[in-house]
Amino acid sequence: MTAKLSANDLTLIRGESCLFQGLGFALNPGELLLLEGQNGSGKTSLMRAIAGMLSLESGEILWNDIPVDEQRQEFHGALVWLAHRTGLKGDLTLVENLHFEAALRPQANVDFEAVCERLGIARLRSLPLRSLSAGQQRRVALARMLLADVPLWLMDEPFTNLDREGRALIMRLTEEHLANGGMCIMAAHQDVEIDSTVTRVSL
Amino acid sequence: MGAPIPQQPGIFVGLIAIARRDLLLAWKRPGDVLNPLFFFAMVCTLFPLAVGPSAEQLTFSGPGVLWVAALLSTLLSLNGLFMSDHEDGSLDQLLVSPQPLPVLVLGKTIAHWIISGLPLVLISPLLAMTYRMPADVMGVLMLTLLLGTVCLSLLGSIGAALTVGLHRGTALLSLLILPLAMPVLLLGANTVSLAAGNEVYATGIWALGAYAVAALSLAPYATAAALRISNE
Amino acid sequence: MWTFFHKLASPPHFYRFAATLIPWFGIPGLILIAYGAYAGLFVASVDYQQGDAFRIIYVHVPAAYLSMMAYMMMAVGGGIGLIWRLKLAHAVGAAAAPLGAAFTFLALVTGSIWGRPMWGTWWEWGDPRLTSELILLFLYFGYMALRSSIDDTAKADKASAVLALVGVVNVVIVHFSVEWWSSLHQGQTVFKKGTMDADMRIPLFAMLIGFTLIFGAMLARRIRTEILYRERRTRWVKELVLSPEGDK
Repeated sequence: MTAKLSANDLTLIRGESCLFQGLGFALNPGELLLLEGQNGSGKTSLMRAIAGMLSLESGEILWNDIPVDEQRQEFHGALVWLAHRTGLKGDLTLVENLHFEAALRPQANVDFEAVCERLGIARLRSLPLRSLSAGQQRRVALARMLLADVPLWLMDEPFTNLDREGRALIMRLTEEHLANGGMCIMAAHQDVEIDSTVTRVSL
Repeated sequence: MGAPIPQQPGIFVGLIAIARRDLLLAWKRPGDVLNPLFFFAMVCTLFPLAVGPSAEQLTFSGPGVLWVAALLSTLLSLNGLFMSDHEDGSLDQLLVSPQPLPVLVLGKTIAHWIISGLPLVLISPLLAMTYRMPADVMGVLMLTLLLGTVCLSLLGSIGAALTVGLHRGTALLSLLILPLAMPVLLLGANTVSLAAGNEVYATGIWALGAYAVAALSLAPYATAAALRISNE
Repeated sequence: MWTFFHKLASPPHFYRFAATLIPWFGIPGLILIAYGAYAGLFVASVDYQQGDAFRIIYVHVPAAYLSMMAYMMMAVGGGIGLIWRLKLAHAVGAAAAPLGAAFTFLALVTGSIWGRPMWGTWWEWGDPRLTSELILLFLYFGYMALRSSIDDTAKADKASAVLALVGVVNVVIVHFSVEWWSSLHQGQTVFKKGTMDADMRIPLFAMLIGFTLIFGAMLARRIRTEILYRERRTRWVKELVLSPEGDK
């Protein structure tokens, strides 16, 4: 399935300042959109706007050439959001958390066990999430992303709190995803070396 | 592996999933369930201590006191409806979920009612007995509290959504919900009083039921809109 | 005709337009109030039941009416602002809120004064109108509190618009439920619904229209201030402030 994400003339005003104006991009399968810039430059705001959490002053975002506003649910069904706060419940175990996420996307058909093994978190399944380290919690969030099995990945500063092994893991997963025809939007304030088509947007 | 999986999940799938999750969370922290209950019992206990134990006064003020206590207890518990989700980032995840947000919100509100509203209904006969309420009036009390707490949870979710993450949100939440909760209190408490006075009380029950149905169908949309705005 | 309204939606145009509104609303309003007050106090005949006490309606009724109308404006303005994303509509809501709250308070005070001779007390819970007005006051306080607790203006606009819309529905429900409650307990009401003599009615209409015009003038003034605050970073406001004629 050929998917495409494009945007034109995006303008965002937050409070007093205009974060960006007239921004546009196009993203095809296998491509990575890299948002670069200092902290507070608007990378997270742009991602949140793409995901539909922030309203833009002007401009539109198109998924498969149809405006996202006309197909909110389909668009949300095609993306997954990885943020700094994992959005997982600390009181619940890994299994309980991921089962909840799977219940919200019942069409996903990915092998649960295999994903946990791959990310090295299989032995942590019965522990409440708050007893895991930040890095381990991030891996659980990655598991959620893999289990969702969707074309578009939105990753906001995915490398924070991760050691070198963790960073390499994310790069590997991203490369695989792109090689399988997926798309990725990543916000990072450090440079990212990857073996795929990269579009850079500097804010 | 069996029948083909449908592309779009059924509309109640998300509702049930999120309600189960919230109930599971409450199960792991029983204190959250017991707090509103204790508060309810406490207020009901304080009144006779303050105004005297005369039987006549108790019977007369029973419906009102029990209802006000239930209202205050629900108000207190509403603050936590979206608070933990806001803090750990799950709220963001709900906002980008393929499930419609009003459905998810309704699921959370139902779970919240089961945790904080339903226990009040179940424990009310015990407290009503201390107010010398006859058994048939107790039945009316439970029915009004059942409908009323449903209304309060739904209407309160709108206020909770508007004030999520705000500094001193609890006080503001109470102020916002108070005008919404007043008709519920009026209808509920006075219906029980009518029943206690052996008068016709059906009007109040119907009105509460209508209010509950209206809240059930409309409040989730308002709450979802408010959540999106608060989270911008 | 449409272009006239379309132009009005732009803040600098509305700012100038509102400036002309103020004297056109304010002066006739003051004249009508002066006439209404004089006629109400001296010309209208004495009420057979309440004596001279009833004359407070010449302030109470306009105040109560305006308290409701201001809330409607807040709700409609919020709705228009949410649906058509007109920032000016939100500004109208923000400007109307304190005015509406003030008129609600005035209605409560005059209602209380009116009832005192009849009830023997300054407050009568059994009166449905008074209780409904009190709840309306809480609605206003909630709206203003919500606005002031959100720093970002756009976010505050949208949140309070949702609140105002929910509140409008609630006002109707509150009205009916309080009436039902009051009928249960046979509360005393002083607000007569019967017919009035012409010499009582004419000053009342004069006061109603006069108060509404004054409200309009005050609202126009407040909207102008709101516009200046919201657009304080734009070029047209800076030019306006720096120009020799200043704020005109």
